[in-house]
Order: sequence, then structure tokens, then C-alpha cells
Amino acid sequence: MNEYSNEYMESHVFLKNEQTGAEIISTWLKDKIFLGLPFKEYMKTLVTPINIVAGLIVFAGLTLIAMRFIYGLEEVTEASNEQPWGLFLTWGLFTGVPFSASGFVIGTGVYIFGLKRYQPVVKNAILLGFLGYLFAVIFLMIDLGRPWRIYYPMFVSFGTASVMFLVAWHVALYLSVQFFEFCPSLLAWLDQKYLRKIAVSMTLGLTIFGVMLSTLHQSALSAMFLLAPGKVHPLWYTSYLPWLAFISAIGAAMALMIVVSKLTVIFFKERASPEYLAGIDDITIGLGKASSFVLFTYLGLRLISITHEGAWKYLNTPTGHWFLVEITLFAILPFLYYYGVLRKNVGLIQITGVLTMIGIILNRFNLTLITFNYQLPSRELFFWKEALVVLSVVVIEILVYRWIVNRMPVLHQHPNYAGDSH
Amino acid sequence: MINRRNFLKAGGTVVACSILGARNVLGAEDFEGNPERFGMLTDTTRCIGCRRCEAACNKANALPSPKTSFEDTSVFKKERRPYVADVQSYTAVNRYMDEDGKPVYRKVQCMHCDEPACVSACPVAALTKSNEGPVVWNDKLCIGCRYCITACPFYVPAFEYSSAFQPKIQKCFMCRQRIKDGLLPACAEACPVEAIQFGKRRDLLKMAKQRVWSHPDKYIDHVYGETEVGGTDWLYVSKVPFEKLGFPSNIGTTSLPKLTKDFLSMVNLTLISFPALLGGFYLASNKSPHRETENKQIEEDLKHE
Repeated sequence: MNEYSNEYMESHVFLKNEQTGAEIISTWLKDKIFLGLPFKEYMKTLVTPINIVAGLIVFAGLTLIAMRFIYGLEEVTEASNEQPWGLFLTWGLFTGVPFSASGFVIGTGVYIFGLKRYQPVVKNAILLGFLGYLFAVIFLMIDLGRPWRIYYPMFVSFGTASVMFLVAWHVALYLSVQFFEFCPSLLAWLDQKYLRKIAVSMTLGLTIFGVMLSTLHQSALSAMFLLAPGKVHPLWYTSYLPWLAFISAIGAAMALMIVVSKLTVIFFKERASPEYLAGIDDITIGLGKASSFVLFTYLGLRLISITHEGAWKYLNTPTGHWFLVEITLFAILPFLYYYGVLRKNVGLIQITGVLTMIGIILNRFNLTLITFNYQLPSRELFFWKEALVVLSVVVIEILVYRWIVNRMPVLHQHPNYAGDSH
Repeated sequence: MINRRNFLKAGGTVVACSILGARNVLGAEDFEGNPERFGMLTDTTRCIGCRRCEAACNKANALPSPKTSFEDTSVFKKERRPYVADVQSYTAVNRYMDEDGKPVYRKVQCMHCDEPACVSACPVAALTKSNEGPVVWNDKLCIGCRYCITACPFYVPAFEYSSAFQPKIQKCFMCRQRIKDGLLPACAEACPVEAIQFGKRRDLLKMAKQRVWSHPDKYIDHVYGETEVGGTDWLYVSKVPFEKLGFPSNIGTTSLPKLTKDFLSMVNLTLISFPALLGGFYLASNKSPHRETENKQIEEDLKHE
């Protein structure tokens, strides 16, 4: 007797006759990768002016990165023994990571506090957070002298007194957490029902773990500079640095969500569900309200910290004037948000979101690059090659984001899992 | 009502998170110095600017040959830092002028702090304060993050930016191997005028103070390194104020690792309190499944009334 039932044999043979392995793969590729188009047509859609420009930038950047790995950091950076960190870390780590708090800020709101109103943007927030961390690690890999040892703080040797050790651990753990948090969307795309169920069941644990890790390493990124009181300008140096970093990261994350939500409405309209598109205005107003509150807190703590450190006397110096530019911007932002919310002016809130992003970028650049080593007579800030590498990595990040949003259910619910909040 | 299964599930998650988190419990260490540790004493009133210490350092550490001879005095036109790529030595002598226009020379190198910022900064413990006193670096562990360079208040550690495959952290290691072999550090041995002396730090400190007290006309009343950033093993005495010799004067007497210690102690607090706090919020929120059944129960109760 045959050990298989007839039915099984029939269905098996039937399937085999219908599709060969190669056909299954090509259908899968067509569905999942080529957006339902035949390969040739898909390739044709890729030839657009924007893609060509992006391609050229990426090519130039990758060439420079290759040179960095062949000839050493000297080849592409302005880094010196006085100013060992340049644009790679200032942009990629110290500026990129605060914005990547989006995953934990919106995730906590939706999954822990039950703020259902923000559910439409939660997957996008997690994706942005995940990519932010992933690319922070990529920037770190470019900047580390011996990147092949990046796992050493985790497995080989422990410098437990180092804030950098804390950052290394938490960024590594949080990158994994964000990946798992994004898994429901990824697995819906791959039609893995069972695995997706497991991923969804982990949400609460991952979210709580994510909040702990974020609280600690967002603050740790600025706490790293506590060790250099003689190098950080007194108007920025304060023992509150960690908490200022944490609070401003929440502001940064909300600003990013406000701005990116608007951009998705413009550029990814056909990938977004009607509920998503309809909800953005309401979500923007909600985020604007929260941002106003967060930035008031930030401003207050910032001003108190300067008084606490007795640093106002540095105000009438060239660096002090530069500081005024930054602090004035931060002083206006919460009022702009508040006014926007009061008038239900979504456009104004979105513009304030852009301004907030500029403010946070300025703040992190000032702390880690522009005013760092303020006592040294002359300092080179960065080299054009460094800027080009940063630009190309940012372009790659945007391309990866676009690739994912075009394929996975980020801005809409996957039809098979409608009604589920993940 | 909260059913037992769901309660355990949520509670379990909370506990699991705190255990997972607590795995990397952190805390800054206190560096308890070996009282017998070695140190060096530089007397800037004796130094004649011959640069023999630089040459000896170059030779003892097999560093690349210098761009111009170590006897060339034209290098004094610029204030130099002890970066190997620039000076081919772990030390550099700089020339300053005192009020009378007479030259005063000062040798720069690693200060070998008692509680070094660079050691506390290193995420892989590649930099350590050795029992003998020198702050040393382990090539096998370094990942090249350069936080040590950011942390050092004296601008001492250098990184080999020209090397792609084995970039080193370069700085004075107080000739640790020579000390172990019973020899003097190369610079101290080469100095023709005993401007650089090697010995136990506590003896050198006494010697320095004795010089300052017995010749108040010749020295200012300050032994640099006695208390700076919590104390350094390399000490200096001088006739002119130290800030006029390129010493950083704004670094204070607190050991720098203390500045991050408070922050690191927050880590445990967060890891332990957050899961409980957030788990509580979750259970209280309307989204929680328990809360939904509870609400229904309340509604039904109201109907009955």
C-alpha cells in the first residue's frame, strides 16, 4: 500500500504539473519584489531622474567608503587627535539616534497607554526607528578604527565603567528589539501567519524593554560628554545633559513623525490606506500638542541647567551669540506648536516640526562638533568627503525606506490581518 | 475581572524584562591606587631643551625615524603635542618664554592619571591603570572608538588615522617593560640634567615639595599633578605658572570618572523600576484585555441596577 492517501498524491502531482520550482520563484519575485510587474517593466520604472541622481550620490559615497577601508580614516575624514569624532558620529549617532526614538515614543503610546488614535502611524514609527538605529550602527562601523571588533563590548571584554559600553549594549539590544517589533509587518508581507502570531504576542514585552533601553541610551549619548568638562562649552555642559538628551529625543521623535507623515501623504499616497490618510491631520494635531508640552519642559530644564552651572556669564562671547541662535529657536518652538494646535492649523504644526528637527540637529552638532574643544585656537569641523559619505548613506537609508514602504504593509493594514492593531 | 492566566502572562513579561535588563548591571569602579606605584617628576627649571628624551623615547619604543633630527631646535617655533605621527615620539618638548624673556622648556606626555578618564571611557577595557602606575593599552582588545581621546583632558592619546587594518592608540606607557626589567624609563635615563626623575610617586611628591619649600624664590608653590583631575603619577615643578607652559588650567581636582558615575548608577534604577511602572500603566490602560472584561462587568452591573 501506498503510505500517502490518494488525495494527497493527487494534489501533490497536480501542483507539480502546474508550477515548476523556477516558476514559483519567479511568481514570488514578481509579487513581492517587482511590485507585481514583469522584471523588465519593473527595471524600466526604476529609470527616473531622481533615481539616477540618487545612484550617482550612492556610487560616489561607496567609493569613498571603500577608500576609507583601504587607506584608513585619514583618507576621508578631518578627524584629528584633538577632535577624534567628526561628521560620521555627529550625524549618524548623536543626531540620528534621537530621531529614531520614534519607535519607542509612538509604540509606548499605542501599545502601553492604549492611545488608539496613533495606531495608523505606529508601524511607520517603528520602521523609522529601526532604520535609524541600523544606519547609526552603519555609521559607527565606518567610523570605528577596527569595525570587525564591534561585538567586543558584548562578548569579549567589558569596560563596565564606560558610558560607551552602555551605549554599545543598548544600541545592539534595541536594534534587535526594533527588528522584532517590525516583524508583524515583515511577516505579513512574507505570508507567515504562524510566525507573525508569535511576533505579535511579543509586543508588550518588546515595548517595555524598548522603553528601558531607549531611556538609558538616549540619555547616555549625551552623558558620554560628561567626561569632558574642559572640552564641552560651559553653555552646553551641565550635569543635566543626560536628561536633556532624553527629553529632546522625545521632541525629536514627534517632530520626525509629524514631518514624515506629511511626506508619506505626498509621496506614498497609493501605498497608504484611506484610514491612514484621513487620520494624519488629527494625529498631527495630537503630536503637536504633546510636542509643545515636551519642548516647554525641555526649554525650562535647559534654562535652569545653565543657571545651575552658572554659565550665563559666557553669553556675551562669540560662542554665546551662537548659543542664543539655538536657544531662541527652542524658545519659539513650543509656542508655535501651541498656537498651531489652538488654531487647528495642521500646516503650521508641520512647519514647526521641520523647525524642531533643525533645532535638534543644531543642538547635537553644537554639543558634539561645533563648540566641542572651544578652547583650541583653530579647528577643522569636517572634510567635504565626510559630508559626501554622510549624504550617500542618508540617500541609501531613504531608498531602503522607500523599498520597504512600497512592499510591506506599513502605511496600511495587510488585508489578511485587518482589524488587528499591529 | 483579571483572570489568573492573563495576570501571570503580563506579570511574567514584566519580570522577564527586568531580569533580562539586569543582566548588564553597570557601575563605575573606584580606582584604588597602589600606594607603591611609580611616577615621574619633571623639573622645568632644570630642563635645557636638548630633546634627548624625545630621541630616547623614539629608540626605546622603535618608533618611525624623525622627519628632522632630534637635535633640531627649530621645532620649538610651534607648540607641539606628543602625537607620534607629528613628532615620532611619545613625548615632545616645547619652549616657552618667562617674564624675563628666558626660555622655559616643558616636556609633554601622558600624565598617567590615578583615576584616568581614558580608562573609564574605554568600552572594552583595552586601557588599564596598571598596578605599577603606567596607564597601558591592549592592542588585542581595542576597537578604535577613540572615546579615550575625547575623554583625555590633556590631549594625549593619539590614533593612527593612516592605518586601515591595525590602527593603534599611541601614547607614553612610562616604558612599562623597562620598569619591569629593572631599568629606568628611556627619557629619565637619557636626561643629562636630571630634569626627569623616576621613582615611587609618594617619594617623588615629597621630593617635589621639598624643592618648592626650600627654594621659594625658584619655584611657585604648586606641584602640578598632585591633585589635578584627582592626581596624576607624572608630577611637575616650575618657576612660572603652569598655565603659561601650556598646561590645561580648567580641569579641576575631581577625578573625571566620577562625573559619569552618577549617571551609570541610574541604569540599575531604570532597569528595575521601569518594567513595574510600565506594566502597571498597561494593566490600567483601556487597551488591556483585562480592563475590557472589567469594563464589561461594570456595564453589566450598572444594567442590573
